[in-house]
Amino acid sequence: MSSLLKKAFINAKKENRPALLTYTVAGDNTKKKSLEILKSISNYADICELGFPHNTPIADGGQIQTSAYRAIKNGIKINDIFSIAKNFKKSKKNTPIILMGYYNMIFQYNENKFLDKCKKSKVDGLIVVDLPYPENKSFASRCKKNGVNFIQLVSPTTSQIRLKKIIKDSHDMVYYISMLSTTGGKLKVSPKKILERYNKIKNQDKSKNVVIGFGITEKTIKSLKKADGLVVGSAICKEISKSIERRQNAVTNVTNIVKRLRNKIQ
Amino acid sequence: MKLKRGVPLIDQHDRQGFWGGKFGGSFIPETLKKPVEDLTNEFKRLRNNKEFLKKRDYYFKNYIGSPTSFIKLENLSNHLGGAQIWAKVVSEANGGAHKIYNATVHALICKAMGKKYIVGDTGAGYAGKMLSMAAKKFGLKCKIFMGAKDIKRQKPNCDAMRKNGAEIVPVYSGSQTLVDAVSECMRYWVSNCDNTHMCVGSTVGPNIFVKICGWSTAQISRELRTQLKEEFKKIPNKIKLINCVGGGSSAYGFWSEFIDFDKKQIELIGVEAGGPKKSKLHAAPLSRNAKVGILHGAASYVCQNNEGQINDTESISAGLDYPGVSPIHCFLKDTKRARYTYATDEDALNAHVMVTKFEKLNPSLEPSHAFAEAIKIAPKLSKDTIIIVNSCGDAKKDRDILRERLGKH
Repeated sequence: MSSLLKKAFINAKKENRPALLTYTVAGDNTKKKSLEILKSISNYADICELGFPHNTPIADGGQIQTSAYRAIKNGIKINDIFSIAKNFKKSKKNTPIILMGYYNMIFQYNENKFLDKCKKSKVDGLIVVDLPYPENKSFASRCKKNGVNFIQLVSPTTSQIRLKKIIKDSHDMVYYISMLSTTGGKLKVSPKKILERYNKIKNQDKSKNVVIGFGITEKTIKSLKKADGLVVGSAICKEISKSIERRQNAVTNVTNIVKRLRNKIQ
Repeated sequence: MKLKRGVPLIDQHDRQGFWGGKFGGSFIPETLKKPVEDLTNEFKRLRNNKEFLKKRDYYFKNYIGSPTSFIKLENLSNHLGGAQIWAKVVSEANGGAHKIYNATVHALICKAMGKKYIVGDTGAGYAGKMLSMAAKKFGLKCKIFMGAKDIKRQKPNCDAMRKNGAEIVPVYSGSQTLVDAVSECMRYWVSNCDNTHMCVGSTVGPNIFVKICGWSTAQISRELRTQLKEEFKKIPNKIKLINCVGGGSSAYGFWSEFIDFDKKQIELIGVEAGGPKKSKLHAAPLSRNAKVGILHGAASYVCQNNEGQINDTESISAGLDYPGVSPIHCFLKDTKRARYTYATDEDALNAHVMVTKFEKLNPSLEPSHAFAEAIKIAPKLSKDTIIIVNSCGDAKKDRDILRERLGKH
């Protein structure tokens, strides 16, 4: 059986465009609000990443940090995150959802219990920022057994030998980090260069869906539209912060951004 | 879980980098895999390279000023009765604390790797001050990440860093202390690892940083071993080595040569920061039974909640104000080779007052935690027991805090 993730990429390809992936932080700024945002943006996004916020993130830039601290301050718990995912899936059963976060939270929750919850909440995939290959091998294979895609990350510093091994062990989707940066950095590498590297990864195994993330905004998204998928995170989190600051409706504002992003890659 | 004899503790990890199968490792983002691997290979090469060792020894002697002295605290011992109290005055090292060993070695590695930029984290400001000194000495551009709260409370060290030409990057996220400084420093390295070397200020972080730091501070115990033989003709039969533990770099350095000894002969005592007397916050993951968690790329005992969020910590001593601890200390705890306890802010202040009253020694608030334990146990011990405290930092940097809390100085 083909995974929902795979299907999402196939559907986008049919329309001759990359899949659009969004990232928001669970519980930002409240449980209810983040669910509303998720439901609304999924009208334009193909795959939704939902971050589980950690207070010591070592790879996130300012925007996502702000969102994460805000969510934690408002009392978000791991079980709430699963209930957001579950509720989302009730109304959007065909939109894949990926949880993304740091390993300590999975470790404290217990790996098996976490996976069990993922399954029950119909979570489609998992990205663990600080559990690299090959340390993630055993957990990744357990994810697969439970029908959860473990998404491997690849970066500009990944060596050729590592790349081969990572791709071989990856599931349906691979995440390429566009540049040396935390999330939300300014795109400091030319799109041409990024796509060159992207093609190198793609050439390892054409059946894997490779998405590009980090530094993607309304300004840069069009230049990378040859990829299988593109992830936008910080730009969305920034919009949530702005909306809160201006006492505007975050759901509408964020949805508008995602709509515009989608139009740019149409 | 078992310690090996004849193998330095920093090398007693498995292939994945875990001590005792569960502490340490390298929980890092993919981007850092390559730079960490490069650093690992380079360190492996350098530590076996005669030329490099010669260079290290040269700078340890002529730049850092080793050996630091080993003295008996005659007045304090007489006042307390019981055991003899001695001090290894590591604060005599250039810059005023043990952090200079790690900083110097990192600067040498940075040079060897052909990188021009070096970045580091700091809590009390010593790691930052020393890195800025070493950077200046070896012609490297230096950035120091420091929590905004720590910048305020450790001003003398900040002044020194700026004087050495380093840029201090204030960190406003989270609790604005060491934990956030380390996170921000790692984030900076993720973005700049192609031309920048990172120095982690203690025996914490991904496996390789624990090793480099421990390898550097081990100089302290090499000196002490020689000094003990000179002073007592042989290694005495009843020794207690007391050291404060934040990340644990000075404690490991103070103990490394003595880990193979029977603990009945040489007891190792680590003293963590218990925080203010009535506060629930502390920075004592080992002695107050925190759970194992992952922080800054390594598994260790970590002050955290059930959800895996890292707790705020509180301590009068910025250098010990850290929710995690070195994986090698977790290993020493679980193998029962070392014993860990804590001292409160008040205990440390009292110890500082007592030591400065009786001796010509001015220990900073960090080693004052270790002195608090020495003062507590010395009266109950026999006269032939040798307590040695690592006085690993000088209190000049604590000027403002001491003035505020003690109303003098």
